[in-house]
Amino acid sequence: MSKVVVIDGNEAAAWGAALSRPDMVAVYPITPQSSLVEYLAKFIADGRMDADLMDVEGEHSVLSVLHGACLAGARTYSATSAQGLAYMFEPYFRTPGLRLPMVVSLVNRDSVSPTCVWGGQQDAMTVKEVGWIHMFCENQQEICDTIPIAYKVAEHPEVMLPVNVNHDGNYLSYGVAKVELPDQAVVDSFLGEKNVNWHACLDPERPMAVDPLTGGATGAGPATFVRYRKGLCSGMRAALDVIVEAHADWGRRTGRHWSPLIEKYRMEDAEVALVTIGSMSGAAKDAVDEARLDGRRLGLVKIKTFRPFPVVQVAQALSKVRAIGVVDRAVNFGWNCGPVFQEVLAALYHLPLRVPAMSFIGGLAGADITVEHFSQAIDRTLRLAAGELAVEPVWLNEND
Amino acid sequence: MQELRIHGRGGQGAVLASAILADALVEEGRHVMAIPAFGFERRGAPVVAFLRFDDRPIRRATNIYTPSLVVVIDPTVGRSVDVFAGTPAGTTVVQATGKKPEELALPSHLGRVAVCDAVHIALDVFRRPITNTIMLGAFAKATGLVSVESLVKALEHTDFRDAGLRQNIEAVQRGFDETVVRQLDGVAAA
Repeated sequence: MSKVVVIDGNEAAAWGAALSRPDMVAVYPITPQSSLVEYLAKFIADGRMDADLMDVEGEHSVLSVLHGACLAGARTYSATSAQGLAYMFEPYFRTPGLRLPMVVSLVNRDSVSPTCVWGGQQDAMTVKEVGWIHMFCENQQEICDTIPIAYKVAEHPEVMLPVNVNHDGNYLSYGVAKVELPDQAVVDSFLGEKNVNWHACLDPERPMAVDPLTGGATGAGPATFVRYRKGLCSGMRAALDVIVEAHADWGRRTGRHWSPLIEKYRMEDAEVALVTIGSMSGAAKDAVDEARLDGRRLGLVKIKTFRPFPVVQVAQALSKVRAIGVVDRAVNFGWNCGPVFQEVLAALYHLPLRVPAMSFIGGLAGADITVEHFSQAIDRTLRLAAGELAVEPVWLNEND
Repeated sequence: MQELRIHGRGGQGAVLASAILADALVEEGRHVMAIPAFGFERRGAPVVAFLRFDDRPIRRATNIYTPSLVVVIDPTVGRSVDVFAGTPAGTTVVQATGKKPEELALPSHLGRVAVCDAVHIALDVFRRPITNTIMLGAFAKATGLVSVESLVKALEHTDFRDAGLRQNIEAVQRGFDETVVRQLDGVAAA
Protein backbone atom coordinates (compact mmCIF):
# COMPACT_ATOMS: atom_id res chain seq x y z
CA MET A 1 0.00 0.00 0.00
CA SER A 2 1.22 3.46 -0.78
CA LYS A 3 1.20 5.83 2.16
CA VAL A 4 0.59 9.58 2.36
CA VAL A 5 3.11 11.49 4.45
CA VAL A 6 3.86 15.17 4.98
CA ILE A 7 7.62 15.57 4.63
CA ASP A 8 10.33 17.87 3.35
CA GLY A 9 12.30 17.34 0.17
CA ASN A 10 15.29 15.82 1.93
CA GLU A 11 13.11 13.18 3.57
CA ALA A 12 11.38 12.60 0.22
CA ALA A 13 14.81 11.93 -1.31
CA ALA A 14 15.75 9.61 1.56
CA TRP A 15 12.52 7.67 0.99
CA GLY A 16 13.15 7.52 -2.76
CA ALA A 17 16.59 6.10 -2.01
CA ALA A 18 15.39 3.67 0.67
CA LEU A 19 12.64 2.32 -1.59
CA SER A 20 15.28 1.67 -4.28
CA ARG A 21 17.08 -0.69 -1.85
CA PRO A 22 20.71 0.42 -2.28
CA ASP A 23 23.26 -2.00 -0.83
CA MET A 24 25.58 0.74 0.31
CA VAL A 25 25.37 4.43 1.06
CA ALA A 26 28.37 6.55 1.99
CA VAL A 27 27.77 9.96 3.48
CA TYR A 28 29.32 13.16 4.65
CA PRO A 29 27.00 15.91 5.87
CA ILE A 30 26.82 19.38 4.32
CA THR A 31 24.17 22.09 4.39
CA PRO A 32 21.51 21.85 2.95
CA GLN A 33 21.91 18.09 2.44
CA SER A 34 22.62 17.09 6.07
CA SER A 35 19.12 16.07 7.14
CA LEU A 36 18.87 13.81 4.06
CA VAL A 37 21.73 11.61 5.21
CA GLU A 38 20.46 11.80 8.79
CA TYR A 39 17.16 10.34 7.55
CA LEU A 40 19.07 7.53 5.82
CA ALA A 41 20.96 6.76 9.04
CA LYS A 42 17.66 6.78 10.95
CA PHE A 43 15.94 4.49 8.43
CA ILE A 44 18.82 2.02 8.76
CA ALA A 45 18.84 2.26 12.57
CA ASP A 46 15.06 1.71 12.62
CA GLY A 47 15.38 -1.33 10.37
CA ARG A 48 13.37 0.30 7.59
CA MET A 49 16.33 0.22 5.22
CA ASP A 50 18.82 -2.59 4.75
CA ALA A 51 22.03 -0.95 3.55
CA ASP A 52 25.59 -0.57 4.76
CA LEU A 53 26.12 3.06 5.69
CA MET A 54 29.70 4.30 5.68
CA ASP A 55 30.20 7.54 7.55
CA VAL A 56 33.48 8.67 6.00
CA GLU A 57 35.78 11.64 6.54
CA GLY A 58 34.93 13.66 3.46
CA GLU A 59 33.22 13.67 0.08
CA HIS A 60 36.28 12.44 -1.83
CA SER A 61 36.04 9.28 0.24
CA VAL A 62 32.25 9.13 -0.14
CA LEU A 63 32.50 8.65 -3.86
CA SER A 64 35.69 6.54 -3.73
CA VAL A 65 34.03 4.10 -1.33
CA LEU A 66 31.00 3.90 -3.58
CA HIS A 67 33.23 3.28 -6.62
CA GLY A 68 34.54 0.16 -4.91
CA ALA A 69 31.07 -0.94 -3.87
CA CYS A 70 29.65 -0.30 -7.33
CA LEU A 71 32.49 -2.21 -9.01
CA ALA A 72 31.70 -5.11 -6.68
CA GLY A 73 28.13 -5.13 -7.96
CA ALA A 74 26.39 -3.08 -5.27
CA ARG A 75 23.62 -0.55 -5.81
CA THR A 76 24.89 2.67 -4.27
CA TYR A 77 23.54 6.05 -3.18
CA SER A 78 24.79 9.29 -1.70
CA ALA A 79 23.93 12.99 -1.63
CA THR A 80 25.91 16.19 -1.48
CA SER A 81 25.85 19.94 -2.15
CA ALA A 82 28.13 22.68 -3.49
CA GLN A 83 31.46 22.57 -1.60
CA GLY A 84 30.92 18.88 -0.88
CA LEU A 85 30.58 18.29 -4.61
CA ALA A 86 33.73 20.35 -5.15
CA TYR A 87 35.64 18.13 -2.74
CA MET A 88 34.15 15.08 -4.50
CA PHE A 89 35.21 16.25 -7.92
CA GLU A 90 38.21 13.98 -8.55
CA PRO A 91 36.29 10.69 -8.22
CA TYR A 92 33.19 12.44 -9.60
CA PHE A 93 35.07 13.02 -12.86
CA ARG A 94 36.08 9.36 -12.93
CA THR A 95 32.60 7.91 -12.36
CA PRO A 96 31.02 8.19 -15.83
CA GLY A 97 34.19 6.97 -17.58
CA LEU A 98 34.04 3.87 -15.38
CA ARG A 99 30.36 3.58 -16.42
CA LEU A 100 29.28 3.19 -12.81
CA PRO A 101 25.47 3.32 -12.52
CA MET A 102 25.22 5.11 -9.18
CA VAL A 103 22.65 7.66 -8.09
CA VAL A 104 23.72 10.74 -6.12
CA SER A 105 21.30 13.46 -5.09
CA LEU A 106 22.54 17.01 -5.44
CA VAL A 107 20.75 19.24 -2.97
CA ASN A 108 21.50 22.32 -5.00
CA ARG A 109 23.33 25.10 -3.25
CA ASP A 110 25.15 28.15 -4.48
CA SER A 111 28.91 27.93 -4.41
CA VAL A 112 31.39 30.16 -2.65
CA SER A 113 32.91 32.74 -2.73
CA PRO A 114 31.35 34.91 -1.25
CA THR A 115 30.27 32.52 1.49
CA CYS A 116 26.70 31.29 1.40
CA VAL A 117 25.02 28.09 2.47
CA TRP A 118 21.71 28.46 0.64
CA GLY A 119 20.02 27.23 -2.50
CA GLY A 120 21.17 27.91 -6.04
CA GLN A 121 22.08 25.61 -8.90
CA GLN A 122 25.67 26.75 -9.39
CA ASP A 123 26.94 23.39 -8.11
CA ALA A 124 25.12 21.28 -10.70
CA MET A 125 25.65 23.76 -13.51
CA THR A 126 29.39 23.78 -12.87
CA VAL A 127 29.65 20.01 -13.48
CA LYS A 128 27.28 19.74 -16.42
CA GLU A 129 29.97 18.58 -18.88
CA VAL A 130 31.41 15.75 -16.75
CA GLY A 131 29.24 12.92 -18.06
CA TRP A 132 26.68 12.42 -15.31
CA ILE A 133 23.00 12.41 -16.21
CA HIS A 134 21.19 15.32 -14.53
CA MET A 135 17.51 15.43 -13.69
CA PHE A 136 15.90 18.35 -11.83
CA CYS A 137 12.83 17.99 -9.62
CA GLU A 138 10.04 20.52 -9.17
CA ASN A 139 8.51 19.32 -5.89
CA GLN A 140 8.82 16.83 -3.05
CA GLN A 141 6.76 14.13 -4.77
CA GLU A 142 8.86 14.36 -7.90
CA ILE A 143 12.03 13.95 -5.81
CA CYS A 144 10.72 10.76 -4.21
CA ASP A 145 9.60 9.34 -7.56
CA THR A 146 12.65 10.38 -9.59
CA ILE A 147 15.23 8.51 -7.51
CA PRO A 148 13.88 5.01 -8.36
CA ILE A 149 13.48 6.19 -11.97
CA ALA A 150 17.13 7.31 -11.88
CA TYR A 151 18.28 3.82 -10.88
CA LYS A 152 16.28 2.32 -13.72
CA VAL A 153 17.99 4.69 -16.15
CA ALA A 154 21.50 4.39 -14.68
CA GLU A 155 21.47 0.59 -14.66
CA HIS A 156 20.06 0.18 -18.16
CA PRO A 157 22.66 -1.77 -20.22
CA GLU A 158 22.52 0.81 -22.99
CA VAL A 159 23.18 3.65 -20.53
CA MET A 160 25.40 2.56 -17.59
CA LEU A 161 25.99 6.10 -16.40
CA PRO A 162 25.74 7.80 -13.02
CA VAL A 163 22.75 10.05 -12.36
CA ASN A 164 22.47 13.19 -10.28
CA VAL A 165 18.92 13.78 -9.10
CA ASN A 166 18.82 17.49 -8.31
CA HIS A 167 16.53 19.24 -5.88
CA ASP A 168 16.81 22.85 -4.81
CA GLY A 169 18.32 23.57 -1.43
CA ASN A 170 16.05 25.33 1.07
CA TYR A 171 12.81 25.73 -0.89
CA LEU A 172 12.65 21.98 -1.58
CA SER A 173 15.15 20.49 0.86
CA TYR A 174 13.37 22.01 3.87
CA GLY A 175 9.99 22.74 2.26
CA VAL A 176 7.24 20.44 3.54
CA ALA A 177 4.43 19.07 1.38
CA LYS A 178 2.22 16.04 0.98
CA VAL A 179 4.01 13.06 -0.58
CA GLU A 180 2.57 9.69 -1.53
CA LEU A 181 5.24 7.11 -0.75
CA PRO A 182 5.03 4.36 -3.34
CA ASP A 183 4.51 0.84 -2.15
CA GLN A 184 7.76 -1.12 -1.77
CA ALA A 185 6.44 -3.94 -3.96
CA VAL A 186 5.67 -1.46 -6.73
CA VAL A 187 9.21 -0.09 -6.64
CA ASP A 188 10.65 -3.62 -6.47
CA SER A 189 8.78 -4.75 -9.56
CA PHE A 190 9.58 -1.47 -11.35
CA LEU A 191 13.32 -1.88 -10.76
CA GLY A 192 13.29 -5.63 -11.35
CA GLU A 193 16.13 -7.90 -10.39
CA LYS A 194 19.19 -5.97 -9.40
CA ASN A 195 21.58 -6.12 -12.30
CA VAL A 196 24.26 -3.62 -11.46
CA ASN A 197 27.52 -3.35 -13.23
CA TRP A 198 27.45 -6.57 -15.16
CA HIS A 199 30.39 -5.45 -17.29
CA ALA A 200 33.01 -5.10 -14.54
CA CYS A 201 32.74 -6.81 -11.22
CA LEU A 202 35.38 -6.99 -8.51
CA ASP A 203 35.63 -10.65 -7.71
CA PRO A 204 38.68 -12.22 -6.00
CA GLU A 205 38.03 -15.41 -7.98
CA ARG A 206 38.20 -13.52 -11.28
CA PRO A 207 40.68 -10.66 -10.86
CA MET A 208 40.52 -8.06 -13.60
CA ALA A 209 41.78 -4.55 -14.20
CA VAL A 210 39.51 -1.58 -14.72
CA ASP A 211 40.33 1.99 -15.68
CA PRO A 212 43.22 1.11 -18.06
CA LEU A 213 45.99 3.53 -18.94
CA THR A 214 45.08 4.77 -22.41
CA GLY A 215 45.65 7.74 -24.67
CA GLY A 216 48.94 9.12 -25.89
CA ALA A 217 49.92 9.21 -29.52
CA THR A 218 51.08 5.68 -30.21
CA GLY A 219 49.88 2.09 -30.24
CA ALA A 220 46.31 1.30 -29.21
CA GLY A 221 46.21 4.25 -26.76
CA PRO A 222 44.50 6.97 -28.78
CA ALA A 223 41.90 4.67 -30.36
CA THR A 224 41.10 3.12 -26.99
CA PHE A 225 40.60 6.52 -25.42
CA VAL A 226 38.32 7.61 -28.25
CA ARG A 227 36.37 4.37 -27.89
CA TYR A 228 35.76 5.17 -24.21
CA ARG A 229 34.72 8.73 -24.98
CA LYS A 230 32.39 7.72 -27.80
CA GLY A 231 30.95 5.01 -25.57
CA LEU A 232 30.07 7.64 -23.00
CA CYS A 233 28.40 9.80 -25.67
CA SER A 234 26.52 6.75 -26.88
CA GLY A 235 25.29 6.07 -23.33
CA MET A 236 24.11 9.67 -23.08
CA ARG A 237 22.28 9.41 -26.42
CA ALA A 238 20.63 6.15 -25.43
CA ALA A 239 19.59 7.65 -22.11
CA LEU A 240 17.07 9.97 -23.78
CA ASP A 241 14.81 7.09 -24.83
CA VAL A 242 15.47 5.14 -21.64
CA ILE A 243 14.47 8.14 -19.51
CA VAL A 244 11.21 8.46 -21.45
CA GLU A 245 10.49 4.72 -21.10
CA ALA A 246 11.34 4.68 -17.39
CA HIS A 247 9.05 7.62 -16.63
CA ALA A 248 6.23 6.02 -18.63
CA ASP A 249 6.69 2.71 -16.80
CA TRP A 250 6.67 4.54 -13.45
CA GLY A 251 3.50 6.37 -14.47
CA ARG A 252 1.74 3.11 -15.37
CA ARG A 253 2.61 1.61 -12.00
CA THR A 254 1.98 4.61 -9.71
CA GLY A 255 -0.44 6.80 -11.65
CA ARG A 256 2.03 9.67 -11.50
CA HIS A 257 3.14 10.67 -14.98
CA TRP A 258 6.07 13.07 -14.75
CA SER A 259 7.33 14.66 -17.94
CA PRO A 260 10.60 12.84 -18.56
CA LEU A 261 12.67 15.28 -20.61
CA ILE A 262 10.74 18.53 -20.76
CA GLU A 263 7.28 19.52 -19.58
CA LYS A 264 5.23 21.70 -21.91
CA TYR A 265 2.78 23.85 -19.96
CA ARG A 266 0.08 25.75 -21.92
CA MET A 267 2.32 25.72 -25.01
CA GLU A 268 -0.42 24.71 -27.52
CA ASP A 269 -1.08 28.25 -28.75
CA ALA A 270 1.68 30.10 -26.88
CA GLU A 271 3.22 33.16 -28.55
CA VAL A 272 5.79 33.72 -25.82
CA ALA A 273 7.42 31.10 -23.59
CA LEU A 274 9.32 30.94 -20.34
CA VAL A 275 11.87 28.18 -19.80
CA THR A 276 12.40 27.09 -16.19
CA ILE A 277 14.19 24.39 -14.22
CA GLY A 278 13.64 22.96 -10.74
CA SER A 279 11.49 24.28 -7.91
CA MET A 280 11.00 27.72 -9.48
CA SER A 281 8.66 26.14 -12.04
CA GLY A 282 5.58 26.13 -9.78
CA ALA A 283 5.59 29.88 -9.23
CA ALA A 284 6.34 30.35 -12.94
CA LYS A 285 3.25 28.32 -13.90
CA ASP A 286 1.14 30.47 -11.58
CA ALA A 287 2.54 33.57 -13.32
CA VAL A 288 1.76 32.06 -16.74
CA ASP A 289 -1.83 31.47 -15.60
CA GLU A 290 -2.11 35.10 -14.48
CA ALA A 291 -0.75 36.33 -17.81
CA ARG A 292 -3.28 34.09 -19.60
CA LEU A 293 -6.09 35.70 -17.56
CA ASP A 294 -4.83 39.04 -18.92
CA GLY A 295 -5.22 37.68 -22.44
CA ARG A 296 -1.54 37.05 -23.11
CA ARG A 297 -0.68 33.80 -24.81
CA LEU A 298 2.05 32.58 -22.50
CA GLY A 299 3.46 29.10 -22.20
CA LEU A 300 6.23 27.41 -20.27
CA VAL A 301 8.79 24.72 -20.92
CA LYS A 302 10.29 23.08 -17.85
CA ILE A 303 13.59 21.26 -18.20
CA LYS A 304 13.45 17.99 -16.25
CA THR A 305 16.40 16.27 -17.91
CA PHE A 306 19.32 18.64 -18.38
CA ARG A 307 21.93 15.99 -19.23
CA PRO A 308 21.60 14.53 -21.77
CA PHE A 309 20.19 17.80 -23.07
CA PRO A 310 16.93 17.10 -24.95
CA VAL A 311 17.93 19.21 -27.97
CA VAL A 312 15.20 18.06 -30.33
CA GLN A 313 12.40 18.30 -27.76
CA VAL A 314 13.44 21.78 -26.63
CA ALA A 315 13.84 23.08 -30.19
CA GLN A 316 10.47 21.65 -31.27
CA ALA A 317 8.65 22.92 -28.19
CA LEU A 318 9.94 26.46 -28.76
CA SER A 319 9.80 26.48 -32.58
CA LYS A 320 6.53 28.41 -32.89
CA VAL A 321 6.91 31.17 -30.29
CA ARG A 322 7.92 34.76 -30.99
CA ALA A 323 10.17 35.20 -27.96
CA ILE A 324 11.66 33.12 -25.14
CA GLY A 325 12.70 34.07 -21.60
CA VAL A 326 14.97 31.53 -19.90
CA VAL A 327 15.15 31.75 -16.11
CA ASP A 328 18.29 30.40 -14.45
CA ARG A 329 19.26 29.85 -10.82
CA ALA A 330 22.98 29.98 -11.65
CA VAL A 331 25.47 32.02 -13.64
CA ASN A 332 27.57 31.02 -16.62
CA PHE A 333 30.67 33.12 -16.03
CA GLY A 334 32.34 34.04 -19.30
CA TRP A 335 29.10 34.15 -21.22
CA ASN A 336 27.81 36.15 -18.21
CA CYS A 337 24.28 34.84 -18.55
CA GLY A 338 22.32 31.84 -17.33
CA PRO A 339 23.68 28.37 -18.19
CA VAL A 340 20.27 26.97 -19.16
CA PHE A 341 19.86 30.00 -21.44
CA GLN A 342 23.08 29.06 -23.26
CA GLU A 343 21.85 25.48 -23.67
CA VAL A 344 18.50 26.64 -25.03
CA LEU A 345 20.25 28.94 -27.51
CA ALA A 346 22.33 26.02 -28.75
CA ALA A 347 19.18 23.94 -29.25
CA LEU A 348 17.40 26.80 -31.06
CA TYR A 349 20.22 26.95 -33.62
CA HIS A 350 18.72 23.80 -35.18
CA LEU A 351 15.57 25.72 -36.13
CA PRO A 352 15.36 27.32 -39.58
CA LEU A 353 14.16 30.63 -38.13
CA ARG A 354 15.77 32.67 -35.41
CA VAL A 355 13.65 33.01 -32.25
CA PRO A 356 14.68 35.91 -29.98
CA ALA A 357 15.60 34.72 -26.48
CA MET A 358 16.84 36.40 -23.32
CA SER A 359 18.35 35.38 -20.00
CA PHE A 360 16.94 35.97 -16.52
CA ILE A 361 18.96 35.07 -13.43
CA GLY A 362 17.31 34.77 -10.03
CA GLY A 363 17.14 32.80 -6.84
CA LEU A 364 20.88 32.84 -6.23
CA ALA A 365 22.10 31.91 -2.73
CA GLY A 366 18.60 31.31 -1.40
CA ALA A 367 16.90 34.38 -2.91
CA ASP A 368 13.23 33.90 -3.65
CA ILE A 369 11.84 33.91 -7.21
CA THR A 370 8.25 34.94 -6.63
CA VAL A 371 5.24 34.98 -8.94
CA GLU A 372 5.81 38.75 -9.21
CA HIS A 373 9.39 38.18 -10.40
CA PHE A 374 8.05 35.84 -13.08
CA SER A 375 5.43 38.41 -14.07
CA GLN A 376 8.27 40.91 -14.58
CA ALA A 377 10.14 38.33 -16.66
CA ILE A 378 7.00 37.75 -18.73
CA ASP A 379 6.55 41.51 -19.33
CA ARG A 380 10.15 41.84 -20.43
CA THR A 381 9.92 38.80 -22.72
CA LEU A 382 6.75 40.24 -24.29
CA ARG A 383 8.75 43.42 -25.02
CA LEU A 384 11.45 41.23 -26.58
CA ALA A 385 8.74 39.76 -28.82
CA ALA A 386 7.81 43.34 -29.76
CA GLY A 387 11.38 44.06 -30.80
CA GLU A 388 13.10 45.45 -27.68
CA LEU A 389 16.43 43.63 -27.80
CA ALA A 390 18.12 42.19 -24.73
CA VAL A 391 21.82 41.51 -24.77
CA GLU A 392 22.47 41.48 -21.02
CA PRO A 393 20.67 39.16 -18.60
CA VAL A 394 18.07 40.54 -16.20
CA TRP A 395 18.99 39.86 -12.55
CA LEU A 396 15.60 39.28 -10.95
CA ASN A 397 16.62 39.85 -7.31
CA GLU A 398 18.85 42.83 -8.00
CA ASN A 399 16.37 45.29 -6.49
CA ASP A 400 14.73 43.10 -3.84
CA MET B 1 -5.42 29.72 -0.62
CA GLN B 2 -4.58 30.66 2.98
CA GLU B 3 -1.18 32.05 3.89
CA LEU B 4 0.26 31.86 7.40
CA ARG B 5 3.46 33.23 8.90
CA ILE B 6 4.82 31.93 12.20
CA HIS B 7 7.24 34.07 14.21
CA GLY B 8 9.44 32.68 16.93
CA ARG B 9 13.00 32.52 18.12
CA GLY B 10 15.65 29.93 17.23
CA GLY B 11 15.19 26.84 19.40
CA GLN B 12 11.48 27.33 20.11
CA GLY B 13 10.34 25.10 17.28
CA ALA B 14 8.56 27.52 14.95
CA VAL B 15 9.66 25.49 11.93
CA LEU B 16 8.58 22.21 13.54
CA ALA B 17 5.24 23.83 14.41
CA SER B 18 4.66 24.71 10.76
CA ALA B 19 5.43 21.12 9.75
CA ILE B 20 3.06 19.70 12.39
CA LEU B 21 0.31 22.10 11.33
CA ALA B 22 0.93 21.14 7.70
CA ASP B 23 0.50 17.48 8.59
CA ALA B 24 -2.71 18.23 10.51
CA LEU B 25 -4.11 20.17 7.56
CA VAL B 26 -3.34 17.25 5.24
CA GLU B 27 -5.29 15.05 7.70
CA GLU B 28 -8.23 17.31 6.87
CA GLY B 29 -7.75 16.90 3.12
CA ARG B 30 -5.87 20.10 2.41
CA HIS B 31 -2.85 20.64 0.24
CA VAL B 32 0.09 22.33 1.95
CA MET B 33 3.43 23.97 1.28
CA ALA B 34 5.45 24.81 4.39
CA ILE B 35 8.73 26.64 3.91
CA PRO B 36 11.04 27.81 6.67
CA ALA B 37 12.60 31.19 6.06
CA PHE B 38 16.31 30.85 6.52
CA GLY B 39 18.94 33.13 7.87
CA PHE B 40 21.85 32.76 10.19
CA GLU B 41 19.94 30.43 12.50
CA ARG B 42 21.06 30.45 16.09
CA ARG B 43 19.33 29.96 19.39
CA GLY B 44 17.32 33.01 20.38
CA ALA B 45 17.47 34.82 17.02
CA PRO B 46 14.16 35.73 15.36
CA VAL B 47 12.92 32.91 13.11
CA VAL B 48 10.08 32.84 10.57
CA ALA B 49 8.25 29.91 9.00
CA PHE B 50 5.69 30.07 6.20
CA LEU B 51 2.73 27.81 5.49
CA ARG B 52 0.28 27.85 2.59
CA PHE B 53 -2.77 25.62 2.47
CA ASP B 54 -5.58 25.18 0.02
CA ASP B 55 -8.16 22.69 -1.20
CA ARG B 56 -6.30 22.59 -4.51
CA PRO B 57 -2.67 21.56 -5.14
CA ILE B 58 -0.17 24.34 -4.42
CA ARG B 59 2.56 24.86 -6.98
CA ARG B 60 4.49 27.90 -5.80
CA ALA B 61 7.46 27.08 -3.54
CA THR B 62 8.08 30.65 -2.45
CA ASN B 63 8.13 32.66 0.74
CA ILE B 64 5.00 34.46 1.97
CA TYR B 65 4.90 38.26 1.97
CA THR B 66 1.24 39.14 2.66
CA PRO B 67 -0.04 36.61 5.22
CA SER B 68 -3.59 37.02 6.47
CA LEU B 69 -2.77 34.66 9.34
CA VAL B 70 0.08 35.34 11.78
CA VAL B 71 1.08 33.22 14.77
CA VAL B 72 3.66 34.66 17.18
CA ILE B 73 4.93 31.93 19.48
CA ASP B 74 7.34 34.16 21.43
CA PRO B 75 6.11 37.06 23.60
CA THR B 76 9.09 39.31 22.88
CA VAL B 77 10.01 38.67 19.23
CA GLY B 78 7.65 41.49 18.20
CA ARG B 79 10.20 43.91 19.65
CA SER B 80 12.84 42.69 17.17
CA VAL B 81 10.78 42.23 14.01
CA ASP B 82 7.56 43.67 12.61
CA VAL B 83 5.22 40.71 12.99
CA PHE B 84 2.46 42.64 11.17
CA ALA B 85 4.58 43.33 8.05
CA GLY B 86 2.62 42.85 4.83
CA THR B 87 -0.60 41.78 6.54
CA PRO B 88 -3.77 42.81 4.71
CA ALA B 89 -6.96 44.21 6.27
CA GLY B 90 -8.80 41.64 8.34
CA THR B 91 -5.69 39.66 9.30
CA THR B 92 -5.89 37.29 12.25
CA VAL B 93 -2.98 37.46 14.72
CA VAL B 94 -2.46 34.78 17.35
CA GLN B 95 -0.03 36.05 19.98
CA ALA B 96 1.75 34.29 22.83
CA THR B 97 1.46 36.77 25.68
CA GLY B 98 0.38 37.12 29.28
CA LYS B 99 -1.50 40.29 28.36
CA LYS B 100 -5.15 40.74 27.54
CA PRO B 101 -6.10 41.65 23.93
CA GLU B 102 -6.90 45.27 24.89
CA GLU B 103 -3.44 45.67 26.44
CA LEU B 104 -1.67 44.97 23.12
CA ALA B 105 -0.53 47.68 20.73
CA LEU B 106 -2.11 46.48 17.50
CA PRO B 107 -2.41 48.07 14.06
CA SER B 108 -5.96 49.10 13.19
CA HIS B 109 -6.33 46.88 10.12
CA LEU B 110 -6.42 43.59 12.02
CA GLY B 111 -9.66 41.62 11.93
CA ARG B 112 -9.07 39.36 14.90
CA VAL B 113 -6.57 38.88 17.67
CA ALA B 114 -6.16 35.89 19.93
CA VAL B 115 -3.94 35.73 23.00
CA CYS B 116 -2.57 32.74 24.84
CA ASP B 117 -0.33 32.78 27.90
CA ALA B 118 1.79 30.11 26.27
CA VAL B 119 4.94 30.59 28.34
CA HIS B 120 2.92 30.04 31.52
CA ILE B 121 1.35 26.87 30.08
CA ALA B 122 4.73 25.67 28.79
CA LEU B 123 6.36 26.04 32.19
CA ASP B 124 3.46 24.02 33.61
CA VAL B 125 3.57 21.26 31.00
CA PHE B 126 7.21 21.06 29.94
CA ARG B 127 9.01 22.96 32.75
CA ARG B 128 10.61 24.85 29.86
CA PRO B 129 9.36 27.83 27.79
CA ILE B 130 8.69 25.75 24.63
CA THR B 131 5.51 27.26 23.22
CA ASN B 132 5.23 25.93 19.67
CA THR B 133 2.64 23.17 20.05
CA ILE B 134 0.66 25.24 22.58
CA MET B 135 0.34 27.95 19.94
CA LEU B 136 -0.96 25.40 17.42
CA GLY B 137 -3.84 24.80 19.83
CA ALA B 138 -4.26 28.57 20.07
CA PHE B 139 -4.32 28.79 16.25
CA ALA B 140 -7.01 26.10 16.11
CA LYS B 141 -9.15 28.03 18.62
CA ALA B 142 -8.59 31.41 16.97
CA THR B 143 -9.29 30.36 13.38
CA GLY B 144 -11.26 27.11 13.35
CA LEU B 145 -9.10 26.17 10.35
CA VAL B 146 -7.81 22.97 11.95
CA SER B 147 -9.13 20.69 14.68
CA VAL B 148 -7.37 19.59 17.86
CA GLU B 149 -7.98 15.99 16.76
CA SER B 150 -6.02 16.53 13.55
CA LEU B 151 -3.22 18.27 15.47
CA VAL B 152 -3.02 15.27 17.79
CA LYS B 153 -2.83 12.92 14.80
CA ALA B 154 -0.03 15.06 13.37
CA LEU B 155 1.83 14.92 16.70
CA GLU B 156 1.58 11.13 16.55
CA HIS B 157 3.39 11.26 13.19
CA THR B 158 6.37 13.08 14.72
CA ASP B 159 9.26 11.60 16.66
CA PHE B 160 7.52 12.53 19.95
CA ARG B 161 6.97 9.36 21.97
CA ASP B 162 5.50 8.38 25.34
CA ALA B 163 5.80 11.21 27.88
CA GLY B 164 6.92 13.69 25.21
CA LEU B 165 3.91 12.88 23.05
CA ARG B 166 1.50 13.07 25.99
CA GLN B 167 2.94 16.43 27.04
CA ASN B 168 2.56 17.87 23.56
CA ILE B 169 -1.02 16.60 23.25
CA GLU B 170 -1.76 18.29 26.57
CA ALA B 171 0.00 21.42 25.30
CA VAL B 172 -2.19 21.58 22.19
CA GLN B 173 -5.36 21.05 24.22
CA ARG B 174 -4.43 23.66 26.83
CA GLY B 175 -3.45 26.11 24.10
CA PHE B 176 -6.89 25.60 22.58
CA ASP B 177 -8.74 25.85 25.91
CA GLU B 178 -6.88 28.87 27.29
CA THR B 179 -6.87 31.12 24.23
CA VAL B 180 -8.99 34.27 24.27
CA VAL B 181 -10.25 35.43 20.87
CA ARG B 182 -11.34 39.00 20.18
CA GLN B 183 -12.93 40.36 16.98
CA LEU B 184 -11.48 43.71 15.91
CA ASP B 185 -12.71 46.48 13.65
CA GLY B 186 -10.32 45.86 10.77
CA VAL B 187 -12.18 45.19 7.55
CA ALA B 188 -12.27 41.46 6.85
CA ALA B 189 -10.40 40.46 3.74
CA ALA B 190 -12.65 39.29 0.94
